[in-house]
Amino acid sequence: MVPERTVGMTQTLSLLPPQLMTTPPLLTMTGVSRRYGDVVALHDVSALVYPGEVLGIVGESGSGKSTLLRMMNLEDTPDTGDYRLALPDLAGNLFGLDRFARRMLCATRIGIVYQNPHQGLLMQHTSSGNVAERLLIAGERSFASLRARGRTALEASEFPLDRMDARPIELSGGMQQRVQLAKAIALEPALLLLDEPTTGLDVSVQALVLDTLKRLQRDGAITMVIVSHDLGVIRTMADRVMVMRRGRVVEQGLSDQIFQDPQHEYTQQLVHAKL
Amino acid sequence: MSIASLTKAWQPMSYGFLDASAKRELRRKMLKAIAVPGCQMPYASREVPMARGWGTGGLQVTLTLLKPSSVVKVIDQGADDSVNAASIRSFLSKVSGAAETWDTLAASLIQSRHRIPEERLHAGQILVLQVPNPEPLRPVEPNMSVARQMHADADYGRLWLILYEQIVRSGRIMEGAAYPSVVNGRHVMTPSPIPRWDVPKLHMAQHLTFLSAGREKRLYAVPPFTKVEPLVFSDVPFKVEDHGALTCHRSGVSGFYMNEIPQDNGGSAFELSDSHLGIKAIRKAEGEADRIGATWYRNGQLA
Repeated sequence: MVPERTVGMTQTLSLLPPQLMTTPPLLTMTGVSRRYGDVVALHDVSALVYPGEVLGIVGESGSGKSTLLRMMNLEDTPDTGDYRLALPDLAGNLFGLDRFARRMLCATRIGIVYQNPHQGLLMQHTSSGNVAERLLIAGERSFASLRARGRTALEASEFPLDRMDARPIELSGGMQQRVQLAKAIALEPALLLLDEPTTGLDVSVQALVLDTLKRLQRDGAITMVIVSHDLGVIRTMADRVMVMRRGRVVEQGLSDQIFQDPQHEYTQQLVHAKL
Repeated sequence: MSIASLTKAWQPMSYGFLDASAKRELRRKMLKAIAVPGCQMPYASREVPMARGWGTGGLQVTLTLLKPSSVVKVIDQGADDSVNAASIRSFLSKVSGAAETWDTLAASLIQSRHRIPEERLHAGQILVLQVPNPEPLRPVEPNMSVARQMHADADYGRLWLILYEQIVRSGRIMEGAAYPSVVNGRHVMTPSPIPRWDVPKLHMAQHLTFLSAGREKRLYAVPPFTKVEPLVFSDVPFKVEDHGALTCHRSGVSGFYMNEIPQDNGGSAFELSDSHLGIKAIRKAEGEADRIGATWYRNGQLA
């Protein structure tokens, strides 16, 4: 029997201990290891990402953070490891999927923004065409709706619509990133991966792109994983931070915790160097 | 007993010009191509007495299919009497003893460049098309190994992307010849030399079609009664060329694919691209007993 106490005349207050939010994680990665010859790129890395949260991954160059992101996008398979996404009709280790299922999954459920737009965009096609390609892979075959959905996605990533039929090669770096972003969110993916999305942009454009990302995250409650060596970006964006070094996770925790009270020696250096 | 009595008499060349091993290889590849409609099969393209790019792929397939009872028709841009068509035809009959014809209805084996005859082909006829570029993915993927993987994955989104951008830029699909089409719901092929007008003729056709590219060393096939569907958007229908209303200035026939002939006064006249259909129509009008078979198009509409 739950003890109850009457507050005032009508209100009742439950005296149960506060309930924990028990949403299962969207992304579960356990024990992922990968070697390239003698180089250990990842060693026994595990990661959890909860729905609607932003996980930041920081680390120096060569720490394995981009490799980890590539694994999350199923572009590479690890030597050992398990990767699951809590999505309907998607059971089992995703590393075990065949090429076809993998491509479908990447196109429809996972969005990715690369540091280098050349990697993520078809430079000889138009910007709206780049977004349309995603929709076409997912089976959209109506021209009118391709056009409309492309426009919506570009609008959501705050791309100037009068340039939607320009080729990305003719656009500035910031705009190219917006096209990549529009392409990534066109199918409303469950997971958005960002690989150094603002590196190479000047500070003001960087701020604008981060603004857009922040707004997307707020509006759509998109789950994001953002990789950066820039602590400023991670601090602005991430709820939780994972610090990587030499293919290992050295520390993880809430953003504030990591930045205010770093425990690991390397994290301390990193935070200190930033300040 | 002498060795000479056990061997065949010396001949200047093998039957059908190609040697037996070349023909065996081609036959195997042709069977494979029929088994997987629209899928490109690589083959060792042999030397034939013709330059690459002049129909060597089609010629090798035709030479392999020839037999003394064959009746061959060769079309170049719709015409039977052009230099290329005439010399290929006479070469074919010289190396095999096959009969030559201009008549689509009489032919058992038709080698063609650019056109499928306007008269309906019937079961048992074989159409061989000479293909310059067999790879529909070439405009979107210059790396052929990657393109082959894309075929394996049925990853054809980018072909629609090309059509999408053509509509965005020009308001309509600009693809003229080589309109990419899905064969049997699986492989996209390029019916390379033929205009859009001829693509619907391949759909559920009674005849067998081979498409062969000699320089690129690839051949593929559309077996009888196989679906061939041009890539389209659900809200932008596939359109053939607007030739339905044009009239041939020599035969007076209208409703077929026409060649445009510029005139001195700056205008243009039109004549039937399928030249033998025109000849038949003229002969018929002059009272000769020439039979025109059922055509795919009637009054400019697909029947």
